[in-house]
Amino acid sequence: MNLAVSNTTLIFAVLLVFVALAIGYREKLGMNKDIIIGVIRAIVQLIVVGYLLKYVFHVNNVWLTLVLMLIIIFNAAYNASKRAAGIRHALPISLLAILSSTGLTLVVLVFSGSIKFIPAQMIPISGMIASNSMVAIGLCYRNMNTSFRDRRQQVLERLALGADLRLASIDIVRESIRTGMSPTIDSAKTVGIVSLPGMMSGLIFAGVDPVHAIKYQILVTFMLLSATSIGSVIACYLAYRQFFNEQKQLL
Amino acid sequence: MTLLELKDIGYQVADVTVLQQINLQVAEQDYITITGPSGSGKSTLLRIIAGLLTRTSGQLLLAGKEWADYDPILYRRQVSYAVQQPQLFGQTVADNLRFPFQIRQQNFDSKQATAALARVNLPVAYLDKPINDLSGGERQRVAILRHLLFPPQLLLLDEISTGLDNENKQILHQEIMRMNREKGVTILAVTHDNEEINGANRLVKIVAGRMEVGQ
Ligand SMILES: Nc1ncnc2c1ncn2[C@@H]1O[C@H](COP(=O)(O)OP(=O)(O)OP(=O)(O)O)[C@@H](O)[C@H]1O
Ligand SMILES: [Mg+2]
Repeated sequence: MNLAVSNTTLIFAVLLVFVALAIGYREKLGMNKDIIIGVIRAIVQLIVVGYLLKYVFHVNNVWLTLVLMLIIIFNAAYNASKRAAGIRHALPISLLAILSSTGLTLVVLVFSGSIKFIPAQMIPISGMIASNSMVAIGLCYRNMNTSFRDRRQQVLERLALGADLRLASIDIVRESIRTGMSPTIDSAKTVGIVSLPGMMSGLIFAGVDPVHAIKYQILVTFMLLSATSIGSVIACYLAYRQFFNEQKQLL
Repeated sequence: MTLLELKDIGYQVADVTVLQQINLQVAEQDYITITGPSGSGKSTLLRIIAGLLTRTSGQLLLAGKEWADYDPILYRRQVSYAVQQPQLFGQTVADNLRFPFQIRQQNFDSKQATAALARVNLPVAYLDKPINDLSGGERQRVAILRHLLFPPQLLLLDEISTGLDNENKQILHQEIMRMNREKGVTILAVTHDNEEINGANRLVKIVAGRMEVGQ
């Protein structure tokens, strides 16, 4: 491996932050405070995570690894539920969706031998899967809220005809699932053409043969497709019911 | 026999009283029209009877049984509410006529659908017609047919002929009358159309959330 960013190099790289600050100042964007907070948070969080991971990789304990994975999943669920803007039970729904999507995908990856159950592989992969599920589920929620508002009349009419909740909302549910999955599908289509994704870039950076690195990227593409589809389906099928009350009336 | 009974129905949201002390008995196969100024609470009353809203006071009985004791979905198939300004679903006329079959998990019976179209003067070819190509009157006829393919016990009509020309009104009115006479469907219709009011058995007037019963 030929990777080394020395502390001195980092200090020089701070110049890049000043570029952003200068632009913010000149254009009166009023966000220099945000930039500084963002930079400081990034540094502190990454230092903490760096030492934490070093420790966890070192002790290599199954339970500790699982606990960290659960923390990642819970954080992802919490952030997804914040995007639900009022959908009831959003936290448990998100938790179930992200837990299932991450869990199922990891089980397949581990049993197929694609990754090993060691912290250095499980934790970064869990993070990737959970954060992609989180984004997908957040998009599902946003689409559901908009659609139930814009198409309220249609849903009411379907109910008035005697449709059950599923048939009254099926168009919205399907469209929301599609919305949740589409960024992953789009990026699968352009991977390698528009951008070299993080995983692959990282491996190439670290000196891995690109032909070898793409295999990992192919794996990542598969696992993100599975994770976002499982997450979106579970979240959408649980969330649409929250728009109705006990008497099956639209709230 | 009494099909529908409203006892002291009231509806309040926040501190606005939309409806109060609504009492009404509707006999089987009755045809009752409801009229009243805009904003007086007519649509709200129909929504409550349809089970899409829950009244905040009083009792709602269908065939002697309290509304809350029914399965809400099955209830709505018996008390079908044709909303004010309906929207059509999907892409074609067939998508709309298929929906009542879909919700009952039955296969689409295109013969039944074309027969229904014919009764409101729409040719068979209209089955595959895109909904965006329909005229206003045709849209309304298709919208109403969705409620008639499986005749309900009680049909709630919310100003279904408003904005239609005489020909369209006639076609719709005749089909509704036929459902009432031949299929025994009880009708409760909000309307401002004098002809429809005159053809009905009874007129109920709602003013500012209260009702005044006519002859
Ligand atoms: N959820 C609600 N919150 C506040 N006000 C409401 C609500 N639902 C109905 N209203 C009010 O109740 C009144 C009655 O509304 P409704 O739609 O029943 O009138 P309507 O008699 O059908 O009028 P129109 O003839 O114009 O269709 C209106 O003033 C409406 O603003
Ligand atoms: Mg109305």
